[in-house]
Amino acid sequence: MIDRVATLWPEIILFATASIVMLLGLSPSNDTRRATTWITGVGLFFAFVFSMRGPSLEVSLLPGLPDVVKPLTCLMGLLLLLGMGGIDARLEREIDEGRTFDPLDTTRGEFLAFFLLSLIGLMLCTTATDLIWLFLALELTSLPTYVMVATSRPRASAGEAGVKYFFLGALAAAIFLYGFALLYGATGSLKLDEIRAALLAQSAADQVNLIAIVGALLAIIGVSFKIAAVPMHFYTADVYEGAASPVSAFLAFVPKTAGFIAIMGLMAPFLGLNQMAGEPWPAALHGALWLIAALTMTIGNTLAIMQSSAKRMLAYSSVAHSGYMLIGVIAGPSVGLASTNGFAAVVFYLFAYGVMNTGAFFALACLERDGEEVESIDDLRGVARRQPGVAAALAVCALSLLGLPPLIGFFGKLYLFAAGIAAGEYVLVVIAGLNSAVAAYYYLRLAGAPWIGRESKRGSPVEACPFTGRGVAIAIAGVGVVVLSLFANLLVTAGHRATRFDEVEIVAESSAMDDLDDQARLDSDH
Amino acid sequence: MTLLSLILIPLLTAAAIAFASARASRTLALFGTLAAFAWSVVVAAAFDFGNTGADQFAAAWNWIPTLGLRLSLGADSVSLLLVLLTTLIMPLAVLGSFTAIRDREKEYFFWLLILEAAMIGVFLARDLIVFYTCFEFTLLPMYFLIAVYGSANRARAATVFFLYTFTGSMITLAGLVYVAWWNWRLTGGWTFDIASLTASAIEMSYGQQSIVLLALCCGFAVKVPLFPVHTWLPLAHTEAPTAGSVVLAAVLLKLGTYGLYRFALPMCPVAITEWSPVLAILCIIGIVYGALICWVQRDVKKLVAYSSVSHLGFCVLGLVALNSIGVSGSIAYMINHGLSTGALFFLIGMVYERYHTRSIDELGGLARRMPVWTFFMVFFIMSSVALPGLNGFIGEFLALVGAFVSGGASDGELLPGRLGPWYAAVAGTGMILAAIYLLYLAGHVLFGPLRLPAPDAHGHHHHGAPLPRDLSGREITVLAPLAVLCVVLGVKPGLILDPIETPVNDLTTDIFVEARAAGVYDDRVAEREPDLNEAFAARREGGDR
Repeated sequence: MIDRVATLWPEIILFATASIVMLLGLSPSNDTRRATTWITGVGLFFAFVFSMRGPSLEVSLLPGLPDVVKPLTCLMGLLLLLGMGGIDARLEREIDEGRTFDPLDTTRGEFLAFFLLSLIGLMLCTTATDLIWLFLALELTSLPTYVMVATSRPRASAGEAGVKYFFLGALAAAIFLYGFALLYGATGSLKLDEIRAALLAQSAADQVNLIAIVGALLAIIGVSFKIAAVPMHFYTADVYEGAASPVSAFLAFVPKTAGFIAIMGLMAPFLGLNQMAGEPWPAALHGALWLIAALTMTIGNTLAIMQSSAKRMLAYSSVAHSGYMLIGVIAGPSVGLASTNGFAAVVFYLFAYGVMNTGAFFALACLERDGEEVESIDDLRGVARRQPGVAAALAVCALSLLGLPPLIGFFGKLYLFAAGIAAGEYVLVVIAGLNSAVAAYYYLRLAGAPWIGRESKRGSPVEACPFTGRGVAIAIAGVGVVVLSLFANLLVTAGHRATRFDEVEIVAESSAMDDLDDQARLDSDH
Repeated sequence: MTLLSLILIPLLTAAAIAFASARASRTLALFGTLAAFAWSVVVAAAFDFGNTGADQFAAAWNWIPTLGLRLSLGADSVSLLLVLLTTLIMPLAVLGSFTAIRDREKEYFFWLLILEAAMIGVFLARDLIVFYTCFEFTLLPMYFLIAVYGSANRARAATVFFLYTFTGSMITLAGLVYVAWWNWRLTGGWTFDIASLTASAIEMSYGQQSIVLLALCCGFAVKVPLFPVHTWLPLAHTEAPTAGSVVLAAVLLKLGTYGLYRFALPMCPVAITEWSPVLAILCIIGIVYGALICWVQRDVKKLVAYSSVSHLGFCVLGLVALNSIGVSGSIAYMINHGLSTGALFFLIGMVYERYHTRSIDELGGLARRMPVWTFFMVFFIMSSVALPGLNGFIGEFLALVGAFVSGGASDGELLPGRLGPWYAAVAGTGMILAAIYLLYLAGHVLFGPLRLPAPDAHGHHHHGAPLPRDLSGREITVLAPLAVLCVVLGVKPGLILDPIETPVNDLTTDIFVEARAAGVYDDRVAEREPDLNEAFAARREGGDR
């Protein structure tokens, strides 16, 4: 148990920070409350430092995951934090103008605390070795986001989005909890490595218990809520649109990453059960995932192409990106070679997507008309004349999301396609290719509108938002997309390191099989 | 480093333009493109013409080694010629835009230089992903050039252009990654090195090759463009600004034929041989159909655009003839079409700047008002019609001869290819039609009674210093180098044909050997067996005597 705690230093630091921030957030002094943002940043930085040197968990099926995902999560947390400057700004301005402070009105402290708790949930997902832990970590990721959505801006639509998100999230949690229960029933254990052992024994004896497959399917469908995949994608547009743009960026990264890590963790016990057919997964699981992937990217892109609101469009495109990443999940972790490692491709894409999508959402958040975020693509027309920097960053991020080489999004897709083709998923890769072409249509509109169109004469002009943090975040994301593609090798090797599957075990199995074969041959000889 | 600097010169100039003032940008752009041209001439001078088939100045840097990706560059004679074409066209395109572009000049020249870097990268890349990166990246500058600086329907044209090509090349990417995977299966190394992949790709079965060929054609045929995926081209050409049209016609279309030459032919020798008649028929439809559309076209720019569809049909026809005559004709055609059609777009742009119309019906008898312009127009129309003695002739002629002899037999030996005289005969009508529509254009616009659009309607478009009635010195400077090259290459086609002889011979021989080993020619051998045996016997007898 103590060993286990030793791997959790970053989470402990973040939890302590969250507690401090929540308390200080109630201070009547504006300056103290504003300082909570800085404290959160410092906490994230220390968590980053500690996450670099934590001992790894050898009982986990994917033991490399925490070492890679935790530091990257802290970095992404810092990037996201930069954009959260607008929280509570109105209240603080009113207090500066003489209004009396009422602790009931303030949200900054609790917002930041929930922000940190959600990140903790994501980090805990990577260390999950049993189903209970995984469930708690997933819920810890999601529960704070419901509050973050509702409090992100003083608008009825935000509250509505929060409530929608909460109810659907609860439904999803019930579904995957049911799946976990079936998995437990079929294998007699909650520990993922024991589940794998039980499944291997079952497949060696006769065939895998159907209940285990059904359980895994239910679990994956439930978790597909977190990654915004079909059939649990309905909430995406409404929630992303209702929340403030920086929070939408958060939703598109943190729960999604947690969901993919959970799916990879849930799939890991099933790896190699279907070696007879030459496929990595049991046929039912493979078929279901294949269908989910194909539908997710197609439906996501089809709905995205019909949107006139930039945020709804990005929301549906986030659904589509989950579909692409599912190709990597289906391809599975290849043993040894990094170039065809599907899980590594997923980890690569998650962080690449995180950076470019955050950049795009923040760029939208940074453009205001009469103090409100711009929403529709028409609002963006001709903005480049006034705001060339923001427009350039938005263009770079949108083109990277589109998958234009040599930006990082292209290499993410290339990695996924390579893994998919190596796993024999030609049809799925072609579907993804065609979907990327569909996506090109709306991303091109997003990237091009600020440069091509003329500013509409109606209404007041679009201004940059007053929060410098967002500008810095956009610059980091825009430059990051370019720089990351130059140094993409680091992310590839990190992804490969993260998804190192227990090779020893597979080798041991196959040699055990060989032994059995030898024994059988000896027997027949006698 | 020699070749990398060829890409870096335009790239760094673009970066400089981004931080320069609008006034300085055009000077910077001109000097940047001229520097790139000068450097490419230096590279050509240092090129070893005794060893044209090998990749020279090869250099490679690690990019994403874990995914087998290296920034690897090299140039054989074919790449070198196409790079020279690119670097020659670009300074002219910059010079030709001085008066046409008056708004947002900085961005305009920025995108032109980025475009140049990407195009040079395509021809020099020796790594599949580097090739693909540059190939795709050309879309972005062209998109902005059309969408911001084009004419009335520019937004739609730019989007159609981008999406059409992007969709095709996504499938191409899947095909190329499949080849990389196949190479990994075969050799155990994951790489995107073009030479290694080509070596492995020929081991693929006929079925695999066909799928890869289909995937490659999805991207490259759109870019060429082949019938029936040519519909983006007239739209993009018509709406693009003059320099955009010039670069599009002169270089960007060649990316498609270059892709076919560099990947489809060597990687899928059996499949391309088997499918060459189908591709040839598509080319011929494109040739004739494109030419017929030109005949009834009332928009000058659209006419030249459709003539590109027709002309590029000859280019691909030469490639799929699969013998050295046809393929070398096709490569010569790539260069020559770039020179003459590029010049035609310049000329049309110059008239458009003066009269703001592209309609044949509104223009006539310009020879009286613009004699110098008329001289160049007649000259480049002749070059485009493939008048013997000018550059256009040799490529078109060789492509047709290649198709004619393809699959025949000579001296007891079967010739490579599966086309035949009929293909050449039908395609040849395209030459006649080209003469008809281009001379028709010349007759209407250049000669006859003077017709000009009403000046009032468009008068308010003029800003700045008005243009002279006939061509200015700057405009003549743009056209003269192209005209001189047209004559030189027409008189001495060996300047193109000699350097490419070795790589083309190697390629066609390899394809023939592979296809024959795979049994593609079996039916034809059996069919001709008596003739061939007779010829062989006759030859032996002759030898005995």
